[in-house]
Amino acid sequence: MTLSGAAASTLPGAQAPPQGPVTGQPRLSWLRRLMGSEDARRLLSCVLGLLVLAVMTGPEGSASAPLSGFTGSLFHLRALVFIGLGFVLWAVITLRRRFGERARQASDWVSSAPRRLVTNRQARYGIYLALLAFAVVYPMVLSQFWQNVLVDQIGIYVLLALGLNVVVGYAGLLDLGYIAFYALGAYSAAYWTGALAVHPPITLNPFWAIPLAILAAMLAGVVLGAPTLRLRGDYLAIVTLGFGEIIQIVATNLQGVTGGASGPASVIPHFSVHVLGVHYRWGLADLPYYYLLLGFVVIVLVVFHSLENSRVGRAWTAIREDEIAAESAGINVLKYKVLAFSIGASTSGFAGMLWASQVGYIDSTLFTVQLSILVLVLVIFGGMGSLPGAVVGAAVLQWFPWFLRVHPLFGFQQQDLFIYLGALLIVMMIFRPEGLLPSRRRKREIGLAEHGIGTADAMSEPGGEP
Amino acid sequence: MCVSCFTQNFWNLLVLGLADGFLYALIAIGYTLVYGVLQLINFAHSEVFMSGGFAGYFILNAVIGTSSPGGVVSVGLVVLGIAGGAMAGGGVAFLLERVAYRPLRRRHAPRLAFLISAIGASFFLYNMAGKEFGRDAVEIPAPFTSGPVFSVFGAPVTTYYLVIAISAITMLIFLDRVVAGSKLGKGIRAVAQDAETASLMGVNIDRVISQTFVLGGLLGGAAGFLFGLNTGVVYTMGFTPALKAFTAAVLGGIGNIRGAMLGGLLLGVVENFGAGLFGTQWRDVVSFGILVLVLLVRPTGLLGERLGRSA
Repeated sequence: MTLSGAAASTLPGAQAPPQGPVTGQPRLSWLRRLMGSEDARRLLSCVLGLLVLAVMTGPEGSASAPLSGFTGSLFHLRALVFIGLGFVLWAVITLRRRFGERARQASDWVSSAPRRLVTNRQARYGIYLALLAFAVVYPMVLSQFWQNVLVDQIGIYVLLALGLNVVVGYAGLLDLGYIAFYALGAYSAAYWTGALAVHPPITLNPFWAIPLAILAAMLAGVVLGAPTLRLRGDYLAIVTLGFGEIIQIVATNLQGVTGGASGPASVIPHFSVHVLGVHYRWGLADLPYYYLLLGFVVIVLVVFHSLENSRVGRAWTAIREDEIAAESAGINVLKYKVLAFSIGASTSGFAGMLWASQVGYIDSTLFTVQLSILVLVLVIFGGMGSLPGAVVGAAVLQWFPWFLRVHPLFGFQQQDLFIYLGALLIVMMIFRPEGLLPSRRRKREIGLAEHGIGTADAMSEPGGEP
Repeated sequence: MCVSCFTQNFWNLLVLGLADGFLYALIAIGYTLVYGVLQLINFAHSEVFMSGGFAGYFILNAVIGTSSPGGVVSVGLVVLGIAGGAMAGGGVAFLLERVAYRPLRRRHAPRLAFLISAIGASFFLYNMAGKEFGRDAVEIPAPFTSGPVFSVFGAPVTTYYLVIAISAITMLIFLDRVVAGSKLGKGIRAVAQDAETASLMGVNIDRVISQTFVLGGLLGGAAGFLFGLNTGVVYTMGFTPALKAFTAAVLGGIGNIRGAMLGGLLLGVVENFGAGLFGTQWRDVVSFGILVLVLLVRPTGLLGERLGRSA
């Protein structure tokens, strides 16, 4: 390191690179030496992290008393509890590192248990059937309230998460305006069923409006994606972020068409079937809608599963792992990126269409950028690129806040939700980027990328430098 | 579309646009600097901006109270507010780099992971601000009484616009000098050109990246205060101005500091012309349209996208 000394005189911040835990140098104070030890640093991060959590869960402040929230959380007995929890967390992490090999083996054994149990195809289908039967029967015993949560909060969001999983998980792109397509689906449902002030050429039953809503969202996906996907991946993120905002502004300002912030004057009709003498109308009850949603989710799952294992899915994998190699192998990178983006968009439009017809009412204030981020969190939490991850992640994360809100012990407030979700995103990215139920391939890719092999996302410019 | 509204208000819109443009330029610098050294968009820059607004509000609220200052005191108060906003912005940017970027950089995480953790940090920060500082918009107590000072072809230039212009020009010149002339600037340009080689030459990359975040945060926080003076401070205030500042950075060529300044001014003016033509409710749509158009026609921006070369 003789170079660094010479360069230090001309370049700022020039300093000999850190040489691990340095000891014995006289200029280091005791504090430096203490913080030089890995354990002490980790302890400090644990305690600080838990103190942040104490503020997150603590009382609210206000503009006239901006510090009251902090003092109420930190100069209070509860801060001690959180500091104690910080020490516990540190102890757990330290023990895990000391006895890491055995712990890792044990946790691998547990997490691979399902895979070992299900060695043959028949057993696997048996388990799928059992899960499906559970999903059919269990909601019947739930209360009215939870049935409603199941449809409005879980069912729709499972569908949304499955769609975004194609974009983020399969193709490795970041879409931050996902809800814009949901809005497009909802508004096209309203248009084709005659609920908007502008009437369609023919008024349709919601079932017939499904393909039209999907088409509208898909077209928007292609129109937005084709120009932006030529560029670096982060441009897509910011363009979609802007697009989500613009859709909302347009829906608010085109009062004559959409009804703006107060919504269309007439109600969007419910689904109904009139085939071969069978007449059935989905009404306000939740359970029938749940089964309708369940059917659609199962169809989407089957389609996406076969897509993942098709030529298209393999192309996506190749693009994720090494875009340049994929291109040299003759894969049309832009085409497959646009394909993934528009498949995600159309799934979102589909979900929006279903939701609009179920609640019967939409307005422009419902499609906020926050919802796009919410769906992103669901996908990341469950595990990018993993279908079970998307379903379980959506179900767990959508159910849990409702559980906390209903439960008197926690006093959880909906407006704080995004504090937790934001923190969850950071924590997941630092400690478990592959998610709760990772797809095996995605986990391996992330691991490889961290060793400098491949990229694990599709963020580079097609045909450009990596 | 109303062409006569536009032609009649041309000079008004120009003055308004330049005032907006100076703020966009200040924020856009933050995007461009971080982009230069990391090739990543800092999605949480909107919250750096917001923190500057809140810091300015708390400081001026404590100092001014209910009095109505004037003269030299006003100047001092504006400087105080800008300094407070800048400190808060720099502090938040520093923490942001430590928590949301550095651990991922250590692990060589994929770029997608950085974007996701930054967007998580953004949501965490602004909702946290809403929880701690209240969710209603508050007015920053006025450090000066704003009124027309002189007029350009009938368009009044108010004290507020002058304050923005003078302070922004000062800060932009300062930044330009820092990047072009100081040791820190040399380090930033070295890392932007080739991080690996820079580290071989003895540049401490970690420190340079951290200082780059802080430098961008200082300007972003100051812009937050200046913005809040006029429109008030609320926890969601960062989103739209930051999106536009990003557009400005892309317009000028992301990674290019003078490009960000030019892009900011240009975007502010064009956006207000658009608002004059189509009505103010379409303002945001105009600037988004510009973003998509720039990406389609000239994705490298007006001045091209290298930090090292042109700064």
